[in-house]
Amino acid sequence: MTGPSLMDSLFQRTLEDLIKGLRLHLVHESTFISKSLDEIRREVRSPDLDTKAAAVQKVTYLRSLHGVDDSFAAFPAVELAASPRFRHKQIAYLAASVSFHSATAVLLLLTNQLRKDLNSSNEFEVSLALQCLSVVCNLDLARDLTPEIFTLLSSSKQLIRKKAIATILRVFGEYPDAVRVCFKRLVENVESSDPQTVSAVVSVFCELASREPNSYLPLAPEFYRVLVDSRNNWVLIKVLKIFANLAPLEPRLAKRIIEPIGEHMRRTGAKSLMFECIRTIVTSLSDYDSAVRLAVAKVQEFLVDDDPNLKYLGLQALSIVVPKHSWAVVENKEFVIKSLSDTDPNIKLEALRLVMAMVSEDDLSEICRVLLNYALKSDPEFCNEILGSVLATCSRNVYEIIIDFDWYVSVLGEMTRIPHCQKGEEIESQLIDIGMRVKDVRPELVHVGRDLLIDPALLGNPFLHRVLSAAAWVSGEYVKFSKNPIELMEALLQPRTGLLPSSIRAVYIQSAFKVLTFCLHSYLFAKEAVASSSSCAYDLESGASDSIPEKGCPEGSNLATSEALASSEQNEDFNRSFLCQSVEDNCTENDGDTLVAPGPSSSSASLNKLQFTRGSIINLLDLIKTALGPLAGSHEVEVQERAWNVLGLIKLVEQEIQDTPMQNEGKFVMEELKASEIMKLMHDAFFGELGPVSKSAQERVPIPDGLMLKENLNDLETVCGDVQLPSTCSFSLGKPHFEESSGSLFDFQKKEELEPSSESTSMLAEHRKRHGLYYLPSEIKETTSSDYPPANESKLAISVSVSDDVDYLVKLTEQSLVPKKKSNQTKPRPIVVKLDERDGVRIAANKPESKNDLISGAVREVLLGNEGIPTSSQGKHFDKLSSKTRGKEKIAIVQPLGSTGLLANAGNSELANSSPRRSKHVSHGKEKKPRSPRNNAEGCEERSYRDKKKGDHRHVKNKARQSADGGVNVVAQTPVIPDFLL
Amino acid sequence: MGIRFILMVNKQGQTRLAQYYEYLTIEERRALEGEIVRKCLTRTEQQCSFVEHRKYKIVYRRYASLFFMVGIDNEENELAILEFIHLVVETMDRHFGNVCELDIMFHLEKAHFMLEEMVMNGCIVETSKSSILTPIQLMDRA
Repeated sequence: MTGPSLMDSLFQRTLEDLIKGLRLHLVHESTFISKSLDEIRREVRSPDLDTKAAAVQKVTYLRSLHGVDDSFAAFPAVELAASPRFRHKQIAYLAASVSFHSATAVLLLLTNQLRKDLNSSNEFEVSLALQCLSVVCNLDLARDLTPEIFTLLSSSKQLIRKKAIATILRVFGEYPDAVRVCFKRLVENVESSDPQTVSAVVSVFCELASREPNSYLPLAPEFYRVLVDSRNNWVLIKVLKIFANLAPLEPRLAKRIIEPIGEHMRRTGAKSLMFECIRTIVTSLSDYDSAVRLAVAKVQEFLVDDDPNLKYLGLQALSIVVPKHSWAVVENKEFVIKSLSDTDPNIKLEALRLVMAMVSEDDLSEICRVLLNYALKSDPEFCNEILGSVLATCSRNVYEIIIDFDWYVSVLGEMTRIPHCQKGEEIESQLIDIGMRVKDVRPELVHVGRDLLIDPALLGNPFLHRVLSAAAWVSGEYVKFSKNPIELMEALLQPRTGLLPSSIRAVYIQSAFKVLTFCLHSYLFAKEAVASSSSCAYDLESGASDSIPEKGCPEGSNLATSEALASSEQNEDFNRSFLCQSVEDNCTENDGDTLVAPGPSSSSASLNKLQFTRGSIINLLDLIKTALGPLAGSHEVEVQERAWNVLGLIKLVEQEIQDTPMQNEGKFVMEELKASEIMKLMHDAFFGELGPVSKSAQERVPIPDGLMLKENLNDLETVCGDVQLPSTCSFSLGKPHFEESSGSLFDFQKKEELEPSSESTSMLAEHRKRHGLYYLPSEIKETTSSDYPPANESKLAISVSVSDDVDYLVKLTEQSLVPKKKSNQTKPRPIVVKLDERDGVRIAANKPESKNDLISGAVREVLLGNEGIPTSSQGKHFDKLSSKTRGKEKIAIVQPLGSTGLLANAGNSELANSSPRRSKHVSHGKEKKPRSPRNNAEGCEERSYRDKKKGDHRHVKNKARQSADGGVNVVAQTPVIPDFLL
Repeated sequence: MGIRFILMVNKQGQTRLAQYYEYLTIEERRALEGEIVRKCLTRTEQQCSFVEHRKYKIVYRRYASLFFMVGIDNEENELAILEFIHLVVETMDRHFGNVCELDIMFHLEKAHFMLEEMVMNGCIVETSKSSILTPIQLMDRA
């Protein structure tokens, strides 16, 4: 403490005082902090460096633990870095690395100080500077300091060398041209004798290779040696990661590394290294069966371990291996399924992912059943995880895994009833999506929808409102499949719908509208109903002829349909109440009909058209009027509007329906009525079928000429300026103003707008007519698969109780994972409408990262030795070169690499053509060098000799290139591909 | 990048040390730390030490009242990070002599310097305790 002024040193709080103060002021911490900050603000301006240092120290502490804004201390920190005292530098650089980032303004001022410290003879100063640079580095710093770092890369001091290496990664990221300068020296360090240096280098390459592995293939021999020779687990793990990235690119490399990896697995006691070996095998070497078997065996050891960490990792490894080797999971399925009830949610989640990864279309329904039972019992969070993954798996690729849609729709209904279910949104969209895509499932969909709608309990759960919205929509849209539209109407109008948000209420009312239209229409046109039902062509083969004999059936036949007795009984009651007014003959007949209805739904669809009587219709109208009357005054626009629609329709038809004496079938005079005309129109309006619309449909509509979508509307004001009255101001100013001027304004706009828009719509219509493109007819593309097996064969015991799922599922997967004979099909898979191939998957456009490409481009240039810069004098040259080479790189990047990726000199198309041959030759030619002891297999020598001869031949062809390489001649292996391994 | 950040958090959820290897604004850091603390501190001893959060995987380990949490990307080896955490604790132990929360509070700078010796730019560069501590002690004297 040399010479601080008395006042400062006496009254300044040290960092320790600050920390003690913080501990004392736990309650009023924030006021204490802001008071201290005021002090610090004063102190950092002090000319005395010790005072400044203490202040910076304090603010750094507050910044890193209490998140205060310390930007005011940025400049003092830079000042402090220039201090001759090491302690001051230390504080300053720590402050910089805690709070600076690459966009901090004062960084510019730090450049010279950093350069000075990087050149310092004190290794700790260098280390501080490197440390700071690795955090704050930006393009300017990287460009300016590359020469210094280049020098440090071969520093004789280990401490500095490893830090320089770690820093270089950041420098490359900011300034790819630095690769040209430093890369060779970086590579030399791989062969360093110091394990920490190797560790640092390997970490850097691991990072680089994970971004773009192709460029680093030529370095494989170096890494191989590390893999074989190193005994440092940290290094080995990183090297394995590098190989995990490289091996998929070069099969011969994969073959070479299997043996050492297996060796490590047998030898090592370290679980981390073991796991890395396993992961490398399952991610990158999954084609090598023996290796995978070894890995899976080790995974099993992990799974049975008591350590939850190992369990978790073991499950993760399994989930990597499952796409290619499902047997690995089959062998461990017992464990996987047990893990579904583990105490650790993370482990449960992994297990769930695995279970979902092994489902196939054969066992889907059983696994879903078991999972849903699990969902019933588990905590809300995991329950929703289960539901989410079931939903995601089933809907994958436009429901490709689902064969029995009736089953799936009912599963969706079941999910809704699980108490913790919060997946309303997803279920909603799937219900609607399936309704639109799969025609055959609609009757079942309406059935499920009805069950959901009539349950008043569901209305109380806000998470399910979206599902109910879908159910309402489905019931309205496909009401023709309903067994009992009147019941549906009651459900849609039940008092508890008041609990719904208005947007969903609007859907309910709209559906009620559709149901009403349907009822009225089929009442008024009852005579034609039978005929129309067949002409409607809903693929329901049973037309009028089928339904007649059924009508005549004795009531005894009802007993057969015991399954749906509950609902039919309801129907019965229901009908009775309505039918009591009607003719008695009718009564029995109708009664019979509805009881048969739960049978094949197709016949019910046509039959129920007969069940409307005048009385039932009048009751229906009354019901609607009482339910919707109050809503006509609703404050919600959507609700009010739709309620009025329905009420308006009723008003239109009511009078005539009540006045016209009802007659028995056959003697209608209804057709002449105004009401029936209206109903015909209404019915036609709803009759059109909705199909799925491709996401890209809008994009494909060409913008008509003259329609300018991107025009800046600000101009409008100036354009309108002439037309407007003197009182021109923006529209939002004052209501009266606006109204005054609006007339002229809108007139003007209309004039301008009218022409192009009408033109565009007509063009659009014409275009649509021509191509029939956007509103796809439902048969556009369908999976033409009629011979799908049933989802669940009845061989398996269907009755699964809620308990003992584990054993059951174990048994089940056993059966299902053995490929089953797909025999007795009970039901063909229905047609699923699919849109163009872009449906669902939209390609994420351009790659985000161009810097990686720049780095790897530069790396390739360096490795293949076609750079013209002598490596030592880069400092002066590369700035000039950078602009030129950048352009060149880009060309090189755009061109796809040869399959091996070894030949990256893509600028030269002649060379690129010969790439496969050349790369092969090189690799064998070099094999002779006894770098790797494993090369001495029989026949190797001979082959390499032969190859070499061939190589000589090639040599002539590549003369120009080779001689250029010869000029550089820094390390023997850099110019040509040093592929000793392959 | 490997290691993205290192946090030391006490049982009450107060951050005692935070070292980031990528830039996040103060608000982002605060939010991230809060979320991670909520997730990790509720877990029991019997549960595994890995938590996935946003794009990170958090590897954590509890020593007495202090949680050591390391945020890594998917490329990193989880078990190696657990070993790394242990190494950090052992190193601090050797330096402070039976390290406790207070040591880290009052010597936050030291703790930062130690981490700086061990990790640079998200890469582990030094794993030998004596090599980590020698420069620290030398710098103390400087």
